[in-house]
Amino acid sequence: MKKIIKYVIVDLLRNKIVLFYTLLSLIISFSIFNLESNTSKGLLSLLNIVLIIVPLVCMIFSTIYIYNSAEFIELLVSQPLRRRTIWISLFIGLSVSLSLAFLIGIGLPIIIYQPNSTGFMMLLMGFLLSIIFVSIAMLASASTRDKAKGIGFAILLWLYFSLIFDAIVLFILFQFQDYPLEKPMIIFSFLNPIDLSRIQILLKMDIAALMGYTGAVFKDFFGTTTGIVVTTIVLSLWILIPVWISAKKFGKRDL
Amino acid sequence: MMQKIFSIIFLSMFFLFCRNTEGKTISVGKNKSVQSIQKALAIAKNGDTVLVYAGLYKEGNIFIKKSIVLKGINFPVLDGENKYEIISISANDVTVDGFKVQHAGRSEIKDLAGIMIYDSYNVTIINNILDDTNFGIYSQHSRKCTIKNNSITAYGKNEVQSGNGINCWRSDSLLIIGNTIKGHRDGIYFEFVTNSLIWRNISTENVRYGLHFMFSQDNNYITNLFKDNGSGVAVMYSHGVKMFNNFFEDNWGDAAYGILLKDISDSYIEGNHFLRNTVGIHMEGSSRIVLQRNEFINNGWAIKIQASCDNNVITKNNFLGNTFDIGTNGSLVLNTFNGNYWDKYEGYDLDKNKIGDVPYHPVSLYSMIIDNNPSALMLFRSFIVSLIDKSEKIIPTVTPENLKDDYPLMLPLSL
Repeated sequence: MKKIIKYVIVDLLRNKIVLFYTLLSLIISFSIFNLESNTSKGLLSLLNIVLIIVPLVCMIFSTIYIYNSAEFIELLVSQPLRRRTIWISLFIGLSVSLSLAFLIGIGLPIIIYQPNSTGFMMLLMGFLLSIIFVSIAMLASASTRDKAKGIGFAILLWLYFSLIFDAIVLFILFQFQDYPLEKPMIIFSFLNPIDLSRIQILLKMDIAALMGYTGAVFKDFFGTTTGIVVTTIVLSLWILIPVWISAKKFGKRDL
Repeated sequence: MMQKIFSIIFLSMFFLFCRNTEGKTISVGKNKSVQSIQKALAIAKNGDTVLVYAGLYKEGNIFIKKSIVLKGINFPVLDGENKYEIISISANDVTVDGFKVQHAGRSEIKDLAGIMIYDSYNVTIINNILDDTNFGIYSQHSRKCTIKNNSITAYGKNEVQSGNGINCWRSDSLLIIGNTIKGHRDGIYFEFVTNSLIWRNISTENVRYGLHFMFSQDNNYITNLFKDNGSGVAVMYSHGVKMFNNFFEDNWGDAAYGILLKDISDSYIEGNHFLRNTVGIHMEGSSRIVLQRNEFINNGWAIKIQASCDNNVITKNNFLGNTFDIGTNGSLVLNTFNGNYWDKYEGYDLDKNKIGDVPYHPVSLYSMIIDNNPSALMLFRSFIVSLIDKSEKIIPTVTPENLKDDYPLMLPLSL
């Protein structure tokens, strides 16, 4: 297992796209912090990158990488190795290299310009989001053999998490606006890792006051240590469940 | 002839004599002839000066019923032992100057103050330090009093148990200048106060409001600082209010406002600075207010204007870095918003007259959604929200179409 992980990581670190991604995010983050007059505003601009670009890159890149290494996977399967080991090693290799790219590309500027609890929260959330979307990408690529279909599915999933889910929430909010929806909203936020991380980061930015009663409910829940622990657990589930399902699928799949 | 000269001499002697009595000074102190303030007050006559030298005086309630000057030298300490109202004044032309007044009593039935002015005219409270007084300086039924350069500190924990810094009730023509007020329920509280000037005061860290007034007409508030107060500033049911060049800062929290205007009319709010408040100005049932040359920076909402407001003019203001510029709750718009600078304006200026060619709609769809449905804040700063906001900006459908700035400025005003 270690050997496969090592091989995947080395392969990915030499990959031009990962290097490009790291470099680009490094340049963007530094320029955002330098352009904005105050650094907390810079953090806000960076929020969109962490919540939209990072999942997109992780998702698309991982899917393509897995399809491109189909021959390598076939070769490994012919060896006396368990399929699950191969799949998990692939996942670990991908998540290590992509989260490393995130930590260097966006984490480094955050540590330099905003070494406080908000910055740290963004770092943690971005890190977890990287891994979550690698995991979801694994699910997308395990579900079909057709490369075009798989990539399409991955894009659709990304669209779902960053746009469609929120639209559905908005729709539900309007349909049930006569009811107190603050607590159901907490449950809803668990259903989307992007929403969950956004709320967690925004609460650290003391934006809760803007949110009135909803903000108070959110702060009471997410602002506490239990809330942060629950968030981390839920995000870990977002990592584990897709990988587990995809590993099962890969185990049964006819290659 | 002789009689005339005699009468002139007699008259001039009479005046001389009178002068002498008027200028009498009574010194109070450990090594002085009079050792207690109470005794000095008992022997003093109208027009006397009572000089109190430094020391600790625990004399219960000091009640001034004569027109005297009570002056402290090197801040003598008047201690109320948490039982008494410390200084009470019910005479005209009294001056209280240079005392440290501390530990006033607190009562559920009566408002006990550090310095209380009852039904008096031309009283001056100047250069005092009030510490741990429940109500600081309290003026009732008084006219033409001056409250100047006092430092008033309390340690209020909640709204019910603490008093106000400067509390004025049914008074007229007050001058409240250069006071520093901290840690009360309301920093400055007015009820039925008219024609007064509130100038250069600093009101911070109060439990409820930095400034709070009701039914107080024709008062001027100039160059005051209201900062870090529990709920900012609330002003209600008044007309003829003039607020110039004040600073409203860091009133951040649930239900905190830079200013809450409720039923205010015919007023001027000019040259004020609203920095980092949850809501810069919240307007409700207010009419004919001119809001100009103000600065709104980094607020949650710069202005929340309810549909119950009419004929307000909002012009020549700078809106910079606010999360939402204007919030409203209806589609009826009876106010004008022309000629402001909005940092979110994305229009162009082809004729180079520094006025944008397309109108600016300061109400975003999302801020309307939140007003109807606060739970929607779960989607704050999400992708979908910025998407629908962008589309709404191009073709307004839900947001009030008439709430717009027809002449948005291209460059911020220098304020």
